[in-house]
Amino acid sequence: MSCCAAGVEGALDIDRPGQGLPPSEELWLASHALGDGLRQTELSAPGVHCGACITTIEGALRKRPDVERARVNLSSRRVSVVWKEEVAGRRSDPREIARAIRDCGYEAHLFAAGVEEGDVLLKQLIRAVAVAGFAATNIMLLSVSVWSGADAATRDLFHWISAMIAAPAMIYSGRFFYQSAWNALRHGHTNMDVPIALAVTLSYGMSLHETIGHGEHAWFDASVTLLFFLLIGRTLDHMMRGRARSAISGLARLSPRGATVVNPDGSRDYRPVDEIKPGERLLVAAGERIPVDGRVLSGASDLDRSVVNGESAPVAVSTGDTVQAGTLNLTGPLTLEATAAARDSFLAEIMGLMEAAEGGRARYRRIADRAARYYSPAVHLLALLSFIGWMLIEGDVRHAMLIAVAVLIITCPCALGLAVPVVQVVAAGRLFQGGVMVKDGSAMERLSEIDTVLLDKTGTLTMGEPRLVNAGEVDPGALATAAAIALHSRHPIATALHEATAAVQPLVGEIREIPGAGIEAGTSDGVYRLGSRAFACGDAGAANGQSEAILSLDGRELACFRFEDRLRPAARESADALFRLGLTNGILSGDREPVVAALARRLGIAKWRAELSPRGKVEACAAAAEGGHRVLMVGDGINDAPALRAAHVSMAPATAADVGRQAADFVFMHQGLDAVPFAIETSRRAGRLIRQNFALAIGYNVIAVPVAIFGYATPLVAAVAMSTSSLIVVFNALRLKGLGTATAPAAPHGAGLRPVRSVP
Amino acid sequence: MNTLIYLIPIALFLGGLGLAAFLWALKSGQYEDLDGASWRVLDDGDGRPEKD
Repeated sequence: MSCCAAGVEGALDIDRPGQGLPPSEELWLASHALGDGLRQTELSAPGVHCGACITTIEGALRKRPDVERARVNLSSRRVSVVWKEEVAGRRSDPREIARAIRDCGYEAHLFAAGVEEGDVLLKQLIRAVAVAGFAATNIMLLSVSVWSGADAATRDLFHWISAMIAAPAMIYSGRFFYQSAWNALRHGHTNMDVPIALAVTLSYGMSLHETIGHGEHAWFDASVTLLFFLLIGRTLDHMMRGRARSAISGLARLSPRGATVVNPDGSRDYRPVDEIKPGERLLVAAGERIPVDGRVLSGASDLDRSVVNGESAPVAVSTGDTVQAGTLNLTGPLTLEATAAARDSFLAEIMGLMEAAEGGRARYRRIADRAARYYSPAVHLLALLSFIGWMLIEGDVRHAMLIAVAVLIITCPCALGLAVPVVQVVAAGRLFQGGVMVKDGSAMERLSEIDTVLLDKTGTLTMGEPRLVNAGEVDPGALATAAAIALHSRHPIATALHEATAAVQPLVGEIREIPGAGIEAGTSDGVYRLGSRAFACGDAGAANGQSEAILSLDGRELACFRFEDRLRPAARESADALFRLGLTNGILSGDREPVVAALARRLGIAKWRAELSPRGKVEACAAAAEGGHRVLMVGDGINDAPALRAAHVSMAPATAADVGRQAADFVFMHQGLDAVPFAIETSRRAGRLIRQNFALAIGYNVIAVPVAIFGYATPLVAAVAMSTSSLIVVFNALRLKGLGTATAPAAPHGAGLRPVRSVP
Repeated sequence: MNTLIYLIPIALFLGGLGLAAFLWALKSGQYEDLDGASWRVLDDGDGRPEKD
């Protein structure tokens, strides 16, 4: 299973002390006690996706002495670990468990609170489906006997037994519809549940009345089967909404929870980020995130500002520079003066933007809701008209009532209730296999409507990680030395260096990192320096320090390594595929203009905008929406998150920042960008199938309703008609599985899922 | 007709048994990870912690 390149990166984690792992105290607090000195912790591992992942993680955890039980849940991508509070008299550290998962090559996060809900309702729904299914099969057995000729006393007996089975099932399984219908009616409007509740109750009442009067027809089977089918639809719909959300949302928060504050008297304490006031002095060590906006008082370092501009190339900062909250301090310790409280910081502004952008999407009405708005009044009117009609013709209340009930049963949106969710679940399953997770069904509906695709550059079109491009030209010995030195830094260029070498030999000597410049290693050969040209060789004014690194020995240049941010696999093909789908492409980037222009030329994308702030991206999305376009935004960074929210529908790679993943409707797990056209195509197909299903359901009504109105809808006819229409809709939805799999993204390349990304 | 007196309760009882079994399976968490279950079949281990 080459897709799970487990442990590749774990081995290189020497110099990253628990980077990104939740702190021990937090893990301890988040776990719950099971008694007998056992505690249970639930971790989210979004990278888990196949059987090998399960065995790797479970195997690694079970080897640990402090772990009692470990189980990976592939559906929700969670790891549930039961561990002992003490092993051999030593308090165990839950962080070690998280680290064990990380060492297998998977990210591990704690959930934010409140992810668990939802599941309760799903269980209730499944139970209701089971009860309705049980009742439906048994009543159907009895009904078949009645239809095949049971008469007089036997028929009455069967009807009575049916009535007794149906009653509890209708109360237990039907409550979802009754509650929802009642809520709708109380607020003065109708929804799909009103005709359902009415049909079920009326048909049950009518059937009971018939049974008491030794009547020939009873609709117990119809009413329960109706509930059964509709509940299946409802359950699928619910699953659809909650499926990927549990894996995507609720991941570790990005903003730091606290910071070390230096008091005026020189003492230090660690305070929650909310209690930091402007003007206070903060210490930020290398590897920590900047807690609040501030100004550097002393120290020099490189900052990963991808939060702000999406650009992963670090920026050197020194005394006097301003820094934004949420950016990652890479190389050296900094002393800051806070300039804003946490609630006024950059991160807070992003959150605010996201909330503000939310409005556009809330107005979207799902197809099923739109259909219900017209469907349910029409059905009621039809039943009422047939009742009045038959009263006028025959004057027999009982018969007219029977017909009206038959009309309600026949027109009940059984097929309609299944039409949308079945297609969406099948489509989501297909997308899931292709490595795309869908947050909810409406996202697919929205994706099928788009006409414009806006792409972020770094991290989306490109991988957002520099890569060594001239490995073949440099001396292998120099490369090995450089990689050994680079092992001691967390700088992205250093990471790229040791990723480019097969095996890294540790270097003996005194190694120190000079923030903002490079790494210096004093060995027996002399002093090696790895970093910018100015630092390594001493000539000032060398150009473009970001994309090259020089290795020097005692100031003499040994090798020059060049780096480039490589394109995401299949980026070019995907851009072409999007054109072929008739979509307009555009690039929205926070990066510098020449870089974006060059990339746009390479991909053949005419429209691009560079140097955009997070707000600028939102405005670009809003402008496109005002121009009547429906926009798909593809982005990964925190700076894209507000735009992801503002767009009609959005997509993010799995390597995206947590906030980006939460904001996006789709998350693609593999590296290739071909997931984007694949998702669009699948959604469009799903949209077509949904429309076909609606047409089928309506066509069914056109045939069946006259039958009911003219009084030929015996219970047998009703049962057959109802089941056939539902089955047709389901089979039509299943066609999606067979439809051209040629566009599905190819199997993941190499370590398809880069399990750990050091910088979100 | 008389056999129905036995057969119908038996049929209902068996059906009820099936329902109870399903509800039990649901409650004991067997439906919580359907994707994982399909992979676990291929796992050669016995699924128990590797401890002695």
